[in-house]
Amino acid sequence: MHTDDLERILAAYDGQNGALLPILHDVQTHFGCVSPEAEAAIAKALNLSRAEVHGVVSFYHDFTAERDSRPCVELCRAEACQARGVEAMVEAARAAAGTRVRLKTVYCLGLCSVGPAARVGDALHARLDADMLVNLVEVA
Amino acid sequence: MITVRISDDSAAVACGADAVAAAFAAAGCTVDRVSSWGMHWLEPLVEIAGNGFGPATMADVAAILDGSSDKAIGPIADHPWIASQHRLSFARAGKTRPLSLDDFSAHGGWQGLVRARSMPPAEVVAEVLASGLRGRGGAGFPAGIKWRTVLEAPGPVKYIVCNADEGDSGTFADRMLMEGDPFQLLEGMAIAAHAVNASRGYIYVRSEYPRAIAKLNAAIALAAERLAPFQVEVRVGAGAYVCGEETSLLNSIEGKRGEVRAKPPLPALQGLFGCPTVVNNVLTLAAVPHVISDGGAALYASLGVDRSRGTMPIQLAGNVRHGGLYETAFGITLNELVNDIGGGTASGRPVKAVQVGGPLGAYVHPSQFHLPFDYEAFAGADALIGHGGITVFDDRVDMSAMARFAFAFCTAESCGKCTPCRIGSTRGAELIDRLCAGDPDQTDAVAALPQMHNARKTTRSRAEELQLLEDLCETMQFGSLCALGGFTPYPVRSALKHWPEDFG
Repeated sequence: MHTDDLERILAAYDGQNGALLPILHDVQTHFGCVSPEAEAAIAKALNLSRAEVHGVVSFYHDFTAERDSRPCVELCRAEACQARGVEAMVEAARAAAGTRVRLKTVYCLGLCSVGPAARVGDALHARLDADMLVNLVEVA
Repeated sequence: MITVRISDDSAAVACGADAVAAAFAAAGCTVDRVSSWGMHWLEPLVEIAGNGFGPATMADVAAILDGSSDKAIGPIADHPWIASQHRLSFARAGKTRPLSLDDFSAHGGWQGLVRARSMPPAEVVAEVLASGLRGRGGAGFPAGIKWRTVLEAPGPVKYIVCNADEGDSGTFADRMLMEGDPFQLLEGMAIAAHAVNASRGYIYVRSEYPRAIAKLNAAIALAAERLAPFQVEVRVGAGAYVCGEETSLLNSIEGKRGEVRAKPPLPALQGLFGCPTVVNNVLTLAAVPHVISDGGAALYASLGVDRSRGTMPIQLAGNVRHGGLYETAFGITLNELVNDIGGGTASGRPVKAVQVGGPLGAYVHPSQFHLPFDYEAFAGADALIGHGGITVFDDRVDMSAMARFAFAFCTAESCGKCTPCRIGSTRGAELIDRLCAGDPDQTDAVAALPQMHNARKTTRSRAEELQLLEDLCETMQFGSLCALGGFTPYPVRSALKHWPEDFG
């Protein structure tokens, strides 16, 4: 972890009310995780206990304790995408992902009228069928 | 030079709108990226001089330009799906470039804010009250009463918080509004700020909506002068569904775990950072500019039925042929929405169930399709409107799996503060598994532990298991702190009531 980068992130939110979530987002984006060392530094900067910071980090799905550098395909498996048949595609996608790609279940990308939907990075994909999803995973 | 209009809404982009736009640009056209009309089955929808073509692919570009395309749908504004709507909150949908201040002003933007600021705050609140506008997030609480409480609350600092944590599956109206007409939301928030003497606002957007976040941030920068002295900041959620609950959302903005707070105190009196706070959904705040425009409150109150006044942006989703955003006055029946407007299922198979109101909404059987879209009518039928999302399922859906999913979703998303939600949801999923497997209850791993002295040693009959499920639902409904645990019984009970044959 580059402490300079962390210091810069912390300095950007100096004095801001309720800055913990924005800081954690920046840390997660920059370092790929919120490590115990980062938790300690954030706690010190915000005058919180480490337990309080860890409690917040572990509460939210978006923050992870360890870096996962694999490509990630986020697949929506909420009701609307289930209604359009996403569950039948999951096995094939898992097989294609293997251990190389992280296939992450999300609940709703807000594309409920054009599902099944997935997101790879910032790119959105809709009206998926099994072949399209497998292809997405393979090129991820 | 031909001007082509193509939406840059997420739904259009996910269906390939960017590539189609690039192809038109390469063919020498001027391409304007506008908001979406809401006819999602036609996305990417291409508009040239008012005429629509969709769903368009790159291969259609040449044919659209030489007039031979078979994707032509005629004038978009006259399309029955659009012409039959009553659009107030989405009046600009499809017509403006989301980040163009000129477009916004040319289509009636800022008029509500200018008028509101010429009135004393109490009068603005009185007009909102008179319009009958109710919270569009799900609870349907009268917006005017909430505003009046905040206005009359003592305290030098007050906040406007916009709940844009649209986590319900089957809903996307908030996202469309933030992406397609962000200035309208900001205008609504500025009016609310004037009405309750607040000077600062937050928009809490879920992290799954990066395009909406980018649009809002850009819009705030562009409109800062117009909004001043009111200041708005976007706060990004972190993947917790429960943060759509208002007190949990406030905790999240404060930088805490998104745990639900007990009420009272009401957020209107002790909300964000302990100060009086208006927490309203995106659609509620976006309805405000129209309500406050000249004569707007009276028009709003004249629409709808009973105590559900005005219009509701309804979202048709799931296995539906014509999915998208349909804004209309309250009172329209489910049958009209699902079968006439939605055109039935996309798969062409019979409709088996629709879930109204997101993951916590009841599954409605086709025999109840006469229900009018109205808060009280739905409540009377043990269902809820929620955020106005309708998810359609065809006859292949297994309702026990959907009931189990409701419990499992509650388990995954529970904030953990109250026991009925945190533990009840897990026990519920186990119960449904036992019911469907037809297993005697010895398969309950917890009950079999040696320390469980009081656990029942004899097997339960199916009737007893069902009674246990009913007791669990009752405990969750009345014992949970918020709607996550409290409303999870809706999908479970409705599935069991209408489709008992699916449960083993």
